[in-house]
Amino acid sequence: MTGPTAVRYAGVPRWVVAVAALGALFVLLPLAAMVTRVNWGQFVPLVTSEASVSALLLSLRTSLAATALCIVFGVPMALVLARSQFRGQKVLRSLVLLPLVLPPVVGGIALLYTFGRRGLIGQSLDAFGVSIAFSTTAVVLAQTFVALPFLVLSLEGALRTVGTRYEAVGATLGAGPTTVLRRITMPLVLPALVSGSVLSFARALGEFGATLTFAGSLQGTTRTLPLEIYLQRETSPDTAVALSLLLVVVAVVVVSIAHQAGSTRYLRGVL
Amino acid sequence: MRRLGIVLVAVLALSGCAAQPATAPTASADALEGSITVFAAASLTATFTDLAAQFEAEHPGVTVDLNFAGSSDLVTQITEGAPADVFASADTKNMTKLTDAALNAGDPVDFATNVLEIAVPPGNPAGIETFADLAGPAVKLVTCAPAVPCGAAAVAVAKAAGVTLAPVSEESAVTDVLGKVTSGEADAGLVYVTDVIGAGDAVEGIEFDEAAEAVNTYPVVALRDSAAPDVAAAFVAFVAGAAGQKVLAAAGFGAP
Repeated sequence: MTGPTAVRYAGVPRWVVAVAALGALFVLLPLAAMVTRVNWGQFVPLVTSEASVSALLLSLRTSLAATALCIVFGVPMALVLARSQFRGQKVLRSLVLLPLVLPPVVGGIALLYTFGRRGLIGQSLDAFGVSIAFSTTAVVLAQTFVALPFLVLSLEGALRTVGTRYEAVGATLGAGPTTVLRRITMPLVLPALVSGSVLSFARALGEFGATLTFAGSLQGTTRTLPLEIYLQRETSPDTAVALSLLLVVVAVVVVSIAHQAGSTRYLRGVL
Repeated sequence: MRRLGIVLVAVLALSGCAAQPATAPTASADALEGSITVFAAASLTATFTDLAAQFEAEHPGVTVDLNFAGSSDLVTQITEGAPADVFASADTKNMTKLTDAALNAGDPVDFATNVLEIAVPPGNPAGIETFADLAGPAVKLVTCAPAVPCGAAAVAVAKAAGVTLAPVSEESAVTDVLGKVTSGEADAGLVYVTDVIGAGDAVEGIEFDEAAEAVNTYPVVALRDSAAPDVAAAFVAFVAGAAGQKVLAAAGFGAP
């Protein structure tokens, strides 16, 4: 307990705290407002209806697949960006992170012109009888496109923060590059990899614009939870609110897992 | 009248060189004054933009602001307190939601109808000719979801035609269906006649007889809480009148 004369230095002026409180209120109030509109009597039947469950399962399935793709491609991308130097690296880095700031609908249009039936690659795929549009694959592609930068950015930040000292020592002791990567680099940045993956998963789960533009909307195939909410809003606002709350709960769980990974300092670079 | 003209020129000249905030007197003895906000269904974007400009030209003291979105979104916005003076819906169901909430001033007036048409990409790659062709196993058909008006209409015409449709995607908005067709992703889409006309060369339209089984009626109404009720009522009459009907017919809408 501090006495009346002992002024504890909080480090933050009171007016800053006041503005911060207003900011927090701005984020929390809409969530609270949504909760007040939930039809609790019907909540369970609404979120367990066939369409809702199908959308939730599809969302979880596609988001997991997208996260796996993010790890497969994002880890090498982060390594290259953090550990090597080449001409145009800065430009490449900005371009890779572009989906972070692009409106998702723009991403959807770009994907359409790449993998669509008349797209850059889609045309040849179509000739082989492979059609991506309107399939679950299209959903996963859209989610990976928007989620990848989250993993790359958080992992690259961590790689730069831990530095190369231990790696250099390992190399002088005779370890090859792959051994250094496997035994030294990856264990060091594991917390960042976990939190980056969780963030990517969360971003994939919330993906809406690119999916709507590129993948379409069909129950069980491409209609993920955000698309189901968007559709239900037309006819059954109660269902839309109930499903929104479900998505908020999932998001809260995901964010707390990301923080539990103990690497919030890496996340600061992302969020 | 000539003197008024001279005054106007003088006022304009003054405001031009001295940048004085001069309010030009209205030239005609038009009683209507004020500004209204019209909430109209997305499918009315082109026609209502045109009609609002004509209405403003006829009544110099009037400003018309337009807000276009899906009818159900608009009803939600109005019931949540959005400041609107006129509401034009793409279906009677959403208009009923508004009248049930007693937010209307007077009875809604039906001012247009719209029917479905098959839209195919230019050249019709899948060779669609009749409504029954849409059920072909290799045809990538996109429709609206049954929950939204254009989807409900699609279900109704399919039932009337005795055809079972298996769309690859059920979109939330008719514009999304059109987008899938113009981009060539879908072989065919069920959209409104007005969408096909509005899309120009980007799609080809195929009419079918069963479309008459699901005619969408567009009602318009002035709203209770309007700050300029006479202007709102005049705009509703204008849309339902000869000038409005001419513009709507040119865009492909049917008469009510």
